[in-house]
Amino acid sequence: MKEFDHEQLKVFLAEHAQGDLLSWANELKLMNLFGLSCNSADELIMTSGFLPSRYQRNRHMISTEQQYQLLKSQVAVVGCGGLGGYVIEELARLGVGRLMVIDSDVFEEHNLNRQLLATIDNLGTSKVDAAVKRVKQINPAVQVDPRQIAVGLGNGVELLAGMDVVVDAIDNINGRLDLEQICHQIEVPLVYGAIAGWFGQVGCIKPGQRILQKLYANWTAGKGIESSFGNPSFTPAVAASLQSAEVCKVLLGHGGLLEERILSVDLLHMQFDDIPVQ
Amino acid sequence: MIQVNVKLFASFRIGRFDREIREYPQATTVADVVKELGIPEGEIGILLLNSVHVDLKRQLVDKDVLAIFPLVGGG
Repeated sequence: MKEFDHEQLKVFLAEHAQGDLLSWANELKLMNLFGLSCNSADELIMTSGFLPSRYQRNRHMISTEQQYQLLKSQVAVVGCGGLGGYVIEELARLGVGRLMVIDSDVFEEHNLNRQLLATIDNLGTSKVDAAVKRVKQINPAVQVDPRQIAVGLGNGVELLAGMDVVVDAIDNINGRLDLEQICHQIEVPLVYGAIAGWFGQVGCIKPGQRILQKLYANWTAGKGIESSFGNPSFTPAVAASLQSAEVCKVLLGHGGLLEERILSVDLLHMQFDDIPVQ
Repeated sequence: MIQVNVKLFASFRIGRFDREIREYPQATTVADVVKELGIPEGEIGILLLNSVHVDLKRQLVDKDVLAIFPLVGGG
């Protein structure tokens, strides 16, 4: 962000804002006039007590101060498939300013039934690149850091240290257990989600709680029931939306979390069970 | 005999039940209940006895509440 005249900014906002809202067209003018990125423009607008109009429908549940807090937050989404695609979409629209998106895979045809980022045209191309393109289209203020790698015990601490929240959108149990260990070590909250067919589980794991170690204590190897049920379009959307709500509340320090419990989602019988895990 | 409140979740409900009070002989273990219900051990995820995580070897007592979840690992 280059040096600029705060007085000039004040005048610009007073002239172009409607109430305290600044339209996208006027934010673009502001970016051109001051040579700003969208992220920096959002920041200046909000710290001046105005709100980019893109966020106006957030405002009755999220104040301008909280919107600014989201802009200054960074979240890692581990996995850009079924869960990850929706989580990235929702966090970008919410206005989380920095997203690290991690996935070593490329899109395959069998992803098309449920993965938001998968399209006919991007089959064979990297999932993290699709995430970058999508976020640019829906909220250019969000800075996306794509990593086409697998996260494991060898690289996880270095990669994820400093995040405000890590989202588990991984497709295997071993990776999840590693992720919990990494988050425990770097003291970052982990928002857990797992799906199989009509069913899902979601939870919020604060450092020190090691819930997954307990949940998967009887696991030795292999996949869960997703190997026989597959995954339809709606189950990842439900689980990912529950995860995004948890991320929002962790970032804002607001509301009640799924702590030391998991929410078991059964869309076949349409039952949600809140299970304490001690 | 002991009475155990057995709660099944997700796919384990299909062709079985949501919750039932079932009678078992003394010294019945979680593994015995799982076997009696025809649930493959490899599909078992969470086992909660009175809200606390247990393993298959745990012996049940009268009035226990046992919740059995399948292994869910997809993303």
